[in-house]
Amino acid sequence: MTFIKKTLASSIAIAAATALAATTAQAEISDGEVRIGYLADMSGTYRDLAGPGGLEALRMAVEDFGGSVNGAPIEIFSADDRNSADVGANTVREWVDTRNVDMVAGMVASSVTIAVTNVLKENDKLGIVSGSAASSITNEHCSPNHIHWVYDTYPLANGTAWAVVQQGGDTWFMLTADYAFGHALEGDVTRVVEESGGEVVGGVRHPFPTDDFSSYILQAQGSGAKVIGLANAGADTVNAINTASQFGVVEAGQQLAGLLVFLNDVHAMGLETTQGLLLTTGWYWDMDEEARAWAERYYERMERMPTMVQAGVYSSTMHYLQAVEATGSDDTATVRKYMMEQPINDFFARNGRLREDGRMVHDMYLAQVKSPADSTGEWDLYEILATIPAEEAYRPLSESQCNLVQN
Amino acid sequence: MMMIFGVPLAVFMGQLMLGLINGAFYALLSLGLAVIFGLLKIVNFAHGAMYMLGAFATLLGMRYLGINYWAALLLAPLVVGLFGMVIERLMLRRIGHLDHLYGLLLTFGLALIFEGTLVNFFGVSGARYPTPEALQGGFQTGFMFLPVYRAWVLLAALVVCLGTWFIIERTRLGAYLRAGTENPALMQSFGVNVPLLITLTYGFGVALAAFAGVLAAPLYPVSPTMGSNLLIVVFAVVVIGGMGSILGAILTGLGMGLIEGLTKVYYPEAANTVIFLVMILVLMLRPAGLFGKEA
Amino acid sequence: MATTQTLTPVMERQRRANMRRNAFYLVLIVVGLLAPFVAYPVFLMKVLCFALFACAFNLLLGYAGLLSFGHAAFLATGGYVTGYLLSSYPGLTPELGILIGTGAAVVLGVAFGALAIRRQGIYFAMVTLALAQLMFFFYIQAPFTGGEDGLHGVPRGDLFGFISLRSNLAMYYFVFAIFLIGFAIVQRAVHSPFGQVLKAIRENEPRALSLGYNVDAYKLLAFVISAGLAGLAGSTKTIVFQLASLTDAHWHMSGEVILMTLLGGVGTLFGPIVGAGLVVSLQHVLAQSPLGNWVSVILGLIFVICVLSFRSGIVGEINKMYRKNFK
Repeated sequence: MTFIKKTLASSIAIAAATALAATTAQAEISDGEVRIGYLADMSGTYRDLAGPGGLEALRMAVEDFGGSVNGAPIEIFSADDRNSADVGANTVREWVDTRNVDMVAGMVASSVTIAVTNVLKENDKLGIVSGSAASSITNEHCSPNHIHWVYDTYPLANGTAWAVVQQGGDTWFMLTADYAFGHALEGDVTRVVEESGGEVVGGVRHPFPTDDFSSYILQAQGSGAKVIGLANAGADTVNAINTASQFGVVEAGQQLAGLLVFLNDVHAMGLETTQGLLLTTGWYWDMDEEARAWAERYYERMERMPTMVQAGVYSSTMHYLQAVEATGSDDTATVRKYMMEQPINDFFARNGRLREDGRMVHDMYLAQVKSPADSTGEWDLYEILATIPAEEAYRPLSESQCNLVQN
Repeated sequence: MMMIFGVPLAVFMGQLMLGLINGAFYALLSLGLAVIFGLLKIVNFAHGAMYMLGAFATLLGMRYLGINYWAALLLAPLVVGLFGMVIERLMLRRIGHLDHLYGLLLTFGLALIFEGTLVNFFGVSGARYPTPEALQGGFQTGFMFLPVYRAWVLLAALVVCLGTWFIIERTRLGAYLRAGTENPALMQSFGVNVPLLITLTYGFGVALAAFAGVLAAPLYPVSPTMGSNLLIVVFAVVVIGGMGSILGAILTGLGMGLIEGLTKVYYPEAANTVIFLVMILVLMLRPAGLFGKEA
Repeated sequence: MATTQTLTPVMERQRRANMRRNAFYLVLIVVGLLAPFVAYPVFLMKVLCFALFACAFNLLLGYAGLLSFGHAAFLATGGYVTGYLLSSYPGLTPELGILIGTGAAVVLGVAFGALAIRRQGIYFAMVTLALAQLMFFFYIQAPFTGGEDGLHGVPRGDLFGFISLRSNLAMYYFVFAIFLIGFAIVQRAVHSPFGQVLKAIRENEPRALSLGYNVDAYKLLAFVISAGLAGLAGSTKTIVFQLASLTDAHWHMSGEVILMTLLGGVGTLFGPIVGAGLVVSLQHVLAQSPLGNWVSVILGLIFVICVLSFRSGIVGEINKMYRKNFK
């Protein structure tokens, strides 16, 4: 009997031990490594916005974290998505299938982001989107498998359009890039303008991409609107602003409102052309001591000041790695849950909080481009006019179409 | 106010003016292509890249050598033209006897190399080139605010286009050129150095593209990809005008600028596409283009 | 035994060549069947889709001498139609989706072909380019394509209603089968009397005309077959990647397929496959390497080197060497 008891007891113990081992294995870091893939446009239109600079920011985060989490080394790999949804989705699918990637960072063009997040959802991996602008990423395209970190079109429209109307710019002419993103931005702006008591008196939808904006600027001038809203991005915005400056739009009393303007765009166009432009940004390198300290470290490596996207890659990676460390797991649901529980306050995000729809809300800033006389250096480009509190900046959950939100 | 199809006359006139200015660009670029195609029978897919190199030469010349706009107007086409001649001697010459397809593919490859290389050094945001002081500001015409620089672009492009047309149609050098186009072997037997003529022609065509690049530098951000979107539009212009036809390239360039300008008012979404529609219609009705000779 | 004795030496040589060819095909099929156990299946599927696309393009350029600069339009049409149907009608099986997508490309091919074959040489290329640009415009504007964002989340579904294609391996064999069908069509077309007439037209069109061939009908048929196969490649690709995007409709895609065909060997049966394999692998390897930023420069260099030194492409050069040394 004793013998039987003993065997029984020991086999139960063994079974229990195995079960325990199994559960701890689940909570452990898969493959003993934290694998992060960085996917972005490395050679096309959005190269300067995210590109190699974002990868460097990711590396900085990993180095600052010490290169490993709880003894598990952090491995980074990267790829150029060439702004193609196929290439992006394909690369990530391969990372999942052959390298068992844990988290994918970067992601700029919204077509790529939507394609990639579909793959991530299917395979239950985590994506942290820093580059994309489309607010649909955490609205109709939301999933438990991705997070949108830096900004989206909602606060951009909200911040800039509201501020411009407050300053008396109450009649608008919209220059809209003729594709889904432009239409969405135009819709957001129109809503904000009308809610703030203004009116959109006309608009034109231009092909994407367009080099020569003179015809559209002339139409905008002819409309008599006080404000010309630019619902486009990247090279289109740059071209439109340049052309407006040549046609003396500002001198003639009209104002430009760039809705999606990045630091690298302003840098490329120069202050002469862009001075006075109002814009909303998620972060600016010179906004305070902490931001400056980080930006200067980045500058030493890249010889450029970071954009908000590049800073966001660092910030989000740090937050992610802290979550992996605290939970001891790289399982998507576990990590994401922890990331949602922890408030986010670092050199990048103030009053940051990750919502259930995957949107990281944080304070946004209304900025104005400095005049050449006020600027003290190559990268001294913005003056921060106001802070838009996190909870007001982003689309409220009550308006969300995301299926993770209970309305 | 008088209205034309729902658009005020003043706006309408302004749009025509802008269309004409863009048309002058197209004319300049397609002229170079037409000259090259006429003699070399090469469809120069590197033309957009040469235009871009012209703009870059202007920008870098100012940044590193202190060369101002007016000097660049002369130097940039010269430098890019010489570069083009080197390419002709080293590469294009070796495939001269082959099907047109190979010239197209070779130059397409070259365009990829030039653009890709510059992207790695300068990024894609592009840099701004200041408008020369003498050409800043604008005049208030009866119907629009016309920036001085745009008026200058129109003038400069037209002068260069007409000058080129004059050289080719009215001078001895031009006569050689046209004869070389018709029958290179005969020209060679008359003692004309045809290979040299070909090299010079390629250099000249490329220099025209570079000249357009200099004109464009203060208008658009100077970026490595600035030529690639323009390229297929300019091709369409050359094809519509009739490949190899000098006058055809100039007139079609201006005409397409106007048509595109009007599209931007009435159906802006299709502004990039309308030119291809015209091309199909023209090729269906006139197989060799508007001004081309049927083979 | 009796029959072999009556064979003439020429027929005997022919028979041997056929046997060698069949053995070669068999080896390739076995390699294709085993490949997914060695390499990553999704990558292989991408290669197969582009190989089929390049084969379709090569049928037109290599055998009929027609350079189309607008083949992206057919690839995209197949992809969008299939993608849209499969995501909007969940009951539709993938093979039907592919069939309809291919059909749409065929219809488009008839329309484009009828216009384009009326012009020759560079003008033919330009008409196809222009038509493809019109299609690009249509796909940006049309609501069902998702415009710039593209069409996402296309279900792979169940083949014939009961074979799940969710696993990469199952999907691979389905794609491989489609590729073999497509390749067989090209192979048959090339080696049939139809293919011979095409070659005659390529070499000397007035002569073919004076021999009484309806040259236009032959060209149109070649164009339509090519368009249909390009559509088939596009449809299949959409199911594999579960998305369709504007990349496939852009004129750069038309340029890329020329590169693949040229690199592998224009007018050779296997050239496009080798070319597609190389270009796709190159993009794949480079994208994730430190040289990632140089992809377009390297592709450009390949173009230049091919045109200057290897005009017959890899397979073409191998064929030449083979002929020189073994015949």
